[in-house]
Amino acid sequence: MSTQFKVILVAVIAVIAAATAYVYLQKDAENGDTIVLGAAVSLTGKYSTNGKHTQNGYNLAASRINERGGVKIGGKSYKLKIIFYDDESTPARGAQLAERLIKQDGVKYLLGPYSSGLTKAIAPVTEKYKVPMVEGNGASKSLFTQGYKYLFAVLSTTEFYLKEAINLAAEQAKNTGRDPKTLTVAMAFENDPFSQDIRAGVMEDAKRNGMKIVIDDKLPPELNDMAATLAKVKALKPDVLVVSGHAKGAALAVRQVADMKVDVPMLAITHCDSAKVIEKFKDKANYTLCASQWDRGLSYRDGWFGTAEEYAQAYEKAFNESPPYQAAESTAAVLTFVDAFQRAGSLDPEKVRAALTGTNMQTFYGNIKFDSTGKNIAKPMVLYQIQDQKYKVVAPTKWATSKLLHPTPGWDKR
Amino acid sequence: MDNLLILFNQPVVSLQIIVDGVLVGAILAIAAYGMALVWGVMKIINIVQGEFVMLGGYVALAFADAGLSPLWAVPAGAVILFAVGWALYRLVIFRVVDRDLFISILATFGLSILLQQLANQVFTADVRTAESGLVSRSFLDGKIVIAEVKVLAFVFAGLVGIALWAFLKHSRLGQAIRATAQNARAARIMGINTDHVYAMTYGLNAAICGAAGALVAMTWVVHPYLGLPYTIRSFMIVVVAGLGNLPGVIVAALGLGTAENFAGFLLGAEYQIAFIFCLLVAILVWRSRRLARQRRYLK
Repeated sequence: MSTQFKVILVAVIAVIAAATAYVYLQKDAENGDTIVLGAAVSLTGKYSTNGKHTQNGYNLAASRINERGGVKIGGKSYKLKIIFYDDESTPARGAQLAERLIKQDGVKYLLGPYSSGLTKAIAPVTEKYKVPMVEGNGASKSLFTQGYKYLFAVLSTTEFYLKEAINLAAEQAKNTGRDPKTLTVAMAFENDPFSQDIRAGVMEDAKRNGMKIVIDDKLPPELNDMAATLAKVKALKPDVLVVSGHAKGAALAVRQVADMKVDVPMLAITHCDSAKVIEKFKDKANYTLCASQWDRGLSYRDGWFGTAEEYAQAYEKAFNESPPYQAAESTAAVLTFVDAFQRAGSLDPEKVRAALTGTNMQTFYGNIKFDSTGKNIAKPMVLYQIQDQKYKVVAPTKWATSKLLHPTPGWDKR
Repeated sequence: MDNLLILFNQPVVSLQIIVDGVLVGAILAIAAYGMALVWGVMKIINIVQGEFVMLGGYVALAFADAGLSPLWAVPAGAVILFAVGWALYRLVIFRVVDRDLFISILATFGLSILLQQLANQVFTADVRTAESGLVSRSFLDGKIVIAEVKVLAFVFAGLVGIALWAFLKHSRLGQAIRATAQNARAARIMGINTDHVYAMTYGLNAAICGAAGALVAMTWVVHPYLGLPYTIRSFMIVVVAGLGNLPGVIVAALGLGTAENFAGFLLGAEYQIAFIFCLLVAILVWRSRRLARQRRYLK
């Protein structure tokens, strides 16, 4: 390498370094009236669809708040800015990125990633640096038994996902003069922490109602076929079949129950909308019960977005699709932060954390109030039933817009 | 125990399980043919097998999205995947053909990760299905239900088996493939272009898997990560059947499908796959003992 070339090389590097430093300083200067939130979300990898919805939800909240004059703290108004990194759907990468957001980017508040697994990986990091994290996509019950002080979740935790279905079955039995104790329940849950948490919730309520559990299968994550479990369901004829295994479990359950003509009075599953069961299976999906965190037909409202329906319209305008609940709960996480900033009247993380613990508000997504472990105890899950290829809220009774169709007629009559 | 009682009280349930198992086994048989072929001829354990199945599934989805019947994707998937397999051979596989087995395993493992992630990037991680338009038929008063698409897969597996057998036995290329499998060096000396034979063999394998994948899309679900179970099962079937034993592959595949379904029924879904692996270990132990005994006779 000639000397001249070396000189040029050094000069080029120096210019690049100076330019980077300048941009950096500029950015820091901007931070004066900007609140920076950080988030690691899954933009690639197996959670990329839901990760994208999470990011959309965060972005929609930030742009709406900035449009409406930003966050007002002590007479001054701040704009919101969110730094995103792609965690590639892997927990180890998520933890690394959380560390990077906090240490290198100087982020003082974190928004949650998508999925319980990623949240579980990131929570110890935010705890270590005492950085408050509000999340809307980590529902696993085990997140809230670790004594975390800086973790707040706006969604209902896993054990509530399908409890309502069991109670609904008991209610229906009573209406027809049958003792709920005579009901039998078949369960098939994927063998991962999230689905097993849901199973625990179902078990608890089935026991409380004195129901008998006749099938309790744990589907391995790599399983692509439920034929063996469904053959058992056909033989034992339970009154309720509960299945949960993310989008794959939902798609397999609806497809194979129809293909094998399994007659069961009540089929309750999770992840209907992310599996797009109505679009895929049309009238074969009818009568299925689906757990959901949120629905656009609910009558919640707030000052930023208005009603749930108005939120849904704003989302449709921005992203050309109707909002899945994963996006709604992400938006709600940002709104929760904003509320805490304004009540704290300060940007000191400790004061914001203290304000978060005192959260008691209504958003378009639902009421938000945290218990001492940081989970939201003010918002129930809703249960849809697919009726005539549309989602109708049938439980809890307070929010129901339609009557439950029960029992599901046999396949020979459909 | 309770589950065993069901089988005694309602024997017809066993029949349903056997029917389902045999029909599932047919799809596994198709993927296993391909693996036996590549393993026998090229001495490569093709870890990317399941990803070919997955890509075949996406061909069926593309047909469904375009408003065509995904049934057409069975031949189309075969043609498209033949091209993919051939291209992969020309790009990567030819470099590892005559090398250590370990290197070929690593190379195909790498390819499988690459294809998974590419599929994830292009098709997203969504779980998708294609509707064949075929229905399920009830027999014995609704106690036995058979999905027509599974019957189609079964018939197809039989046809592929016969076609492959005829092709290897009678066609010029088939003879070249068999010659190469027996002794690649001698085949080269006899004027066979073994490089061409390898490329065709690998393409043929991908084509068979692609057709199987289209059937999978119509029967179950498709997502970028479904490959591994198919790779493992084809591997097992070939190990149990032995190389170059086409009828053996069919019997092993149907047996595996049935055994798996029974295990899922009796032990619960969580032990379905564990049971299969225990079975593999048992078969391998039994075979190695039998071989040891034969060796003693020879001595």
